[in-house]
Amino acid sequence: MTPELTALFVARAGDHHAGVHPCTPAELPGLLATLLAGATAVVLPAGTPPQWTARLGPPTLPGDTLTATELDAPGLAVLTGCALAVAETGTLVLDGGAAQGRRLLTLVPDHHVCVVRAAQIVADVPDLVIALPDPTRPLTMISGPSATSDIELNRVEGVHGPRRLDIVCLPPG
Amino acid sequence: MSTRHPPPGRQLPIVAVTPFPRAAAGALRDAQLRANLGRATRTIREKRAAVVAEVPDWEQLRDRAARVKDDVLDRLPELVDRFTRAATAAGATVHHATDAAAANAVVTDLVRAQGVDRVVKVKSMATQEIGLNEALAAAGVTAVETDLAELIVQLADDTPSHILVPAIHYNRGQIRELFARRMPGFHADSDDPAVLAGAARDYLRRTFLAARVAICGANFAVAETGSLVVVESEGNGRMCLTLPDTLIAVVGVEKLLPRFVDLGDFLRLLPRSSTGERMNPYTSIFTGVTPGDGPRRLHVVLLDNGRRRVAADPVGRAALRCIRCSACLNVCPVYERVGGHAYGSVYPGPIGAILSPQLTGQDAGHNATLPYASTLCGACYDVCPVKIDIPAILVHLRQTGPKPAAERAAMAWLGWTMRDRRRWRAALRAARSGGRPLRVLGRRHGGRLRRAPWPLSAWTTHRDAPLPAEESFRDWWHRTHDS
Repeated sequence: MTPELTALFVARAGDHHAGVHPCTPAELPGLLATLLAGATAVVLPAGTPPQWTARLGPPTLPGDTLTATELDAPGLAVLTGCALAVAETGTLVLDGGAAQGRRLLTLVPDHHVCVVRAAQIVADVPDLVIALPDPTRPLTMISGPSATSDIELNRVEGVHGPRRLDIVCLPPG
Repeated sequence: MSTRHPPPGRQLPIVAVTPFPRAAAGALRDAQLRANLGRATRTIREKRAAVVAEVPDWEQLRDRAARVKDDVLDRLPELVDRFTRAATAAGATVHHATDAAAANAVVTDLVRAQGVDRVVKVKSMATQEIGLNEALAAAGVTAVETDLAELIVQLADDTPSHILVPAIHYNRGQIRELFARRMPGFHADSDDPAVLAGAARDYLRRTFLAARVAICGANFAVAETGSLVVVESEGNGRMCLTLPDTLIAVVGVEKLLPRFVDLGDFLRLLPRSSTGERMNPYTSIFTGVTPGDGPRRLHVVLLDNGRRRVAADPVGRAALRCIRCSACLNVCPVYERVGGHAYGSVYPGPIGAILSPQLTGQDAGHNATLPYASTLCGACYDVCPVKIDIPAILVHLRQTGPKPAAERAAMAWLGWTMRDRRRWRAALRAARSGGRPLRVLGRRHGGRLRRAPWPLSAWTTHRDAPLPAEESFRDWWHRTHDS
């Protein structure tokens, strides 16, 4: 939760080739609108704060009723929050809670934008497993866009999950 | 290269059908294979070393992880029971399979009950170990491997050669050529890995959306909560874990961890050791079924297949600590040169050389030759995240394994000779006079014999043989001191 942890998270998430965008609460609606401007529609899980969507251009779709095939429509993006994040590894952790939704929402669309508050960032994985409010919820740890190292052991982005991951990071306090 | 696994029921894909030295000699003649492996293992070794060096308490982490795994092996029945109760309470159905045939039967019945002839699969060593795909094929069910490297191997009708990257023996040009031949709708001229990965995405997307049954393994199973953990990179795992209605997980009992918080250490150790990343792109942790999110039916098949027997061997049991990271393969001078197929098992490399013969028993096929597939240099022990002393287990298996009749006879004769001073002295004298004509030849090579006739040629094919000294120390002492 310290500024140091936030800085480490930003650097490490960037190492995974995610787009990382520190911003203030006032800048948030505008920044999200910019990041999502190219989407044909934006999928929103239940519990998305209204200020996140205040300035979005594309139409929004409620995440809780869409089928996998509907989520596979070209150009779709999804906007979520997260449960926690890990600084040391630049990892987002989703547990299906408010503003996160079902696991397939952050899997099938090709662009995922995730909002992280500094207070959600823990230092390392051992801190994460202790801090999780309920470990039996369906958990997804995301470290960068989908990738593979299966061809000559070189990391290549873009296999089955979202090929573009943007992380918006709100400061402490 | 394309030695298909024999059909299930006859022999498991962890039984070597060829003695290791013969298989290795064949692999060594393949210069392309050596080039591909050399490049790939060098890349991964450097990446691993860099991210491991970042962790100041790496050695303490290894110690703790080894202790946790040893504790699991000490109380396997209790933890199996605990996991079963927790997972059942969370809505999963837990099955217990004593061997490969039982596990295959359970999975085949579950798939049939859903009335499908096609399932999607997440890469899983346990399902490879039991030959599940072949068992499903025999029942008329096609298992589609969705991991990119597994897909490459499956399209090539080949077998995996590495635990983490089953297609490590292919380079990008070979993969492009294979896709052009075997992947419907593939037209790209480029062998850019990004283009090849994109082709796999397009090819599998429709399959994922239509799949009704998925089969996975697990990297960890938490006894306390009944949770399963699947660590992956591509998202094919998440597709399989969340889209189909029915999910079947096949999990070796040694994958159990006592408590959820134990994951803290293991999720730090595994990605750094395996792909050389601080964290892999996707890790899924799920417990039973969650209404409205993911499969409606979850079956967990807990697999023994020799594990409890291995756990009873005080030396060999440490092999069951393995978390399948494959760091030992990437540093092994033998693996780097011969590749995975020479080991004749889905578990290749140093860990395979101690795991395959123990799981099957050393009398299975040519698995008794595997503990000799090592120089005992110890690089595997140094990198192992759960500190398995692989060289010690290799030596243990050599000591307890079957020996050729000639070696047994030679050792018995040597033992008899060395038990008595006079017999030993007489034998040395005989060796000296027998070696005299050879010494003339050996003089040119610094007193060493380069080539000896059969049966000694088995030794001199690969190394020089020393010649007995002209005079023993004892004779010299007698000559110069006792007059």
